[in-house]
Amino acid sequence: MTLLEVRGASKSFPGVRALDDVDLELRHGEVLALVGENGAGKSTLMKLLSGIDRPDGGEFFLDGVQYTPASPRHAQELGISIIHQELNLMPDLTVAQNIFIGREPRIGGLLLSERALNRRTRELLDRLGLPLEPTDLIGDLTVARQQMVEIARALSFNARVLVMDEPTAALNEVEVNTLFGLIRRFVTPTTGVIYISHRMHELAEITDRITVLRDGRYVDTLDTASSTVPQVISLMVGRTITGEQRPRAAVVTGEPVLSVRGLHTKALLRDVSFEVRRGEILGFAGLMGAGRTELARALVGADRKDGGTVTVHGREVAISNPADAARAGIGYLSEDRKRYGVLLGRSVRDNVVLASMPRFTSAFGLVADRMIGKTATDYVAKLRIRTPSTGQLVQNLSGGNQQKTVIAKWLVRDCDVLIFDEPTRGIDVGAKDEIYALLDELAADGKAIVMISSELPEVLRMSHRIAVMCQGRITAVLDSTDASQELIMDYATRFSAQGTVTS
Amino acid sequence: MTAIPIPARVRGSVQQLLALASLIAILVFFSFASPYFFTPSNLVGILMAATVTGILALGTTFVIVSGGIDLSIGTGMILCGVMTGVFMTYWGWPAWAGVIGAILFGGLIGFINGFNVSVLGLPPFIATLGMMLVASGLSLVISGTKPIYFKEHPDFQLLMNYDVIPGARFPLGVLIFLVLTVVAAVVLSKTIVGRYAFSIGSNEAATALSGVNVVRWKLTIYTIAGLFVGIAGVLAASRLSSAQPVGGMGLELEAIAAVVIGGTSLQGGRGSIAGTVVGALIVAVLTNGLRVTAVPQEWQSVVVGCVILVAVYVDMLRRKAN
Repeated sequence: MTLLEVRGASKSFPGVRALDDVDLELRHGEVLALVGENGAGKSTLMKLLSGIDRPDGGEFFLDGVQYTPASPRHAQELGISIIHQELNLMPDLTVAQNIFIGREPRIGGLLLSERALNRRTRELLDRLGLPLEPTDLIGDLTVARQQMVEIARALSFNARVLVMDEPTAALNEVEVNTLFGLIRRFVTPTTGVIYISHRMHELAEITDRITVLRDGRYVDTLDTASSTVPQVISLMVGRTITGEQRPRAAVVTGEPVLSVRGLHTKALLRDVSFEVRRGEILGFAGLMGAGRTELARALVGADRKDGGTVTVHGREVAISNPADAARAGIGYLSEDRKRYGVLLGRSVRDNVVLASMPRFTSAFGLVADRMIGKTATDYVAKLRIRTPSTGQLVQNLSGGNQQKTVIAKWLVRDCDVLIFDEPTRGIDVGAKDEIYALLDELAADGKAIVMISSELPEVLRMSHRIAVMCQGRITAVLDSTDASQELIMDYATRFSAQGTVTS
Repeated sequence: MTAIPIPARVRGSVQQLLALASLIAILVFFSFASPYFFTPSNLVGILMAATVTGILALGTTFVIVSGGIDLSIGTGMILCGVMTGVFMTYWGWPAWAGVIGAILFGGLIGFINGFNVSVLGLPPFIATLGMMLVASGLSLVISGTKPIYFKEHPDFQLLMNYDVIPGARFPLGVLIFLVLTVVAAVVLSKTIVGRYAFSIGSNEAATALSGVNVVRWKLTIYTIAGLFVGIAGVLAASRLSSAQPVGGMGLELEAIAAVVIGGTSLQGGRGSIAGTVVGALIVAVLTNGLRVTAVPQEWQSVVVGCVILVAVYVDMLRRKAN
């Protein structure tokens, strides 16, 4: 009998088949790695196991008993605890209060007993050998210690199965070793761990077997001891599908438009340098948290940067906010369109001219509505934005047309550099091709384009060159003709402290 | 979710029509309820009563549309009135200079609010709550807690009370309110600062990422509100022929109520000057109508409070239906 068995799990979200008939088997006393690219279905599977989402099909068995969690709380009570990548802790409460939230010991069922709470927490922490004080405030702890608290909370439910999503993402080497010690202590002949990670090199150290998912499907399960990293990566990315590679000559010889040197932030980015030429699409690949979005935001002044220079058309520009970036001709299209891209409650017209209002304002300070209407109509036609009128509210448009509205905004501003962060996220397949065609047109028109994408086929299809990031550094810049999914994944998982590559 | 999308412009008018229809219904109701209500002198009285709060509401519409709030307009107005007295009576400035000085002083209050909100990043509620208390205290300190009379400027009271049309009662103050309404409407709907107020209120982060200098424009928006506060302060002082240093607290809520009844969203991004004026009139008409129909004064704020709840709830239902 296996500890946890997943049989034929399926789950669809509007427009996406996130999980398709996935099997998984966790044996007693093992650490099972679950690997796959972004979007392979790992998170979805976790959400099903933790009771956040219901599966469309398939069954789960825990020690042979059918397992149907109704909520994360229910899942914990049944013996499966999940530690998400984003920690769910309340920073103003103590370690003890966080661990026993919702289950606080009470006196006479009414008053909270802080003393009993701290005593029980102390027992738990001692049992786990964790160097924490029950009365410490979470907000005062390092991320690594906060993670220990999460683990303690998970184990306070007497979990049989512990699922960890990228637990080492924010840890340094010493902390990683502490975590591994904790995992080894947890694993007994009656328990098991599902360990989700992008860090190939860690898998050999801590896991017994590796299950690979790709595009929402189960691919294979390997014994860690007898498999190699390239082997796992090639299973993750699958064979390279020809025709998705950029078909035409990939070398762009236009003059450099944007040049970034030594960009640095305290939090993440380390000495990032790259260059984009006129007419070029420079793709940025990397795993979640590699620092691609952070790079874009620091570049346009949305977040603070702590060093580095930005040169546009050979002139160094000082950018301390997005207004400076726009003035320098750099437009940023955020990955989170609804929050940072469009004004949902305003019209297409208002959105299209938002970055260029001074141009549509007369000497008397009055807004030239007729000119705005004309410009908006022009761009709606040019970008084929499907909307009944330019007065339509953006919230009533589809994702693809919202994205085109954002693109129109920067075209009206006449930016030479366009930074697309996940340009096709949340956009259905047909509209994706339109966005791709639009990107190609823009490049052909002489724009310099930076395209951040988590979809490797998209990066390979669109980019002339591909910069790969890992841990806030650029680990490689590849010509698209040389690039393959395997090669990109290899550079994207170079979690070492080696120097950065310049293009 | 989108059956038949209604263009924004049509929807905006529906919202204003709704408020306007309520105003007319209330007017009709009180006309039948009391013979004293629908008389020229009473109607002018209503407009007089609506003028000062209405002007405050006009200015604060900009702030609320941009997603902020200004609690300092009530006591700020009192302080501006006191400053009128200081300029004209204590310092002996000519009337025109005193008026302009007081209006600019209002602008300064707004500018400081804007600085605290946009540069220092204080939450608008806190920043303007602080200013509300500061202004309230300063009024008392500067005036020595006594009213300041405009002895040197007996004509100053004409600013509010002068009859524009010979032979008919139509005070200059009401005309000023109407002119300011038009000005505010043009600024909010036809100028860049108005557009940005809507953009910031709709999605501040996206507006900033579009290269709009949000800090600067929020500063401008609060300063505009402050200028309206200054004008309201001058008119209030003119109306009473004296600068009264006490009170003002609660006026900001009355003005905000007018804005909200007029269909402007406290979340920002939606609203109109026309709505605000109708809202201010609804509050004034209700207060007056309840008085002439001899409803005890204690009950008047109960009714106004209920009107706010109903108005906002109906607006919410309407939006959900969309």
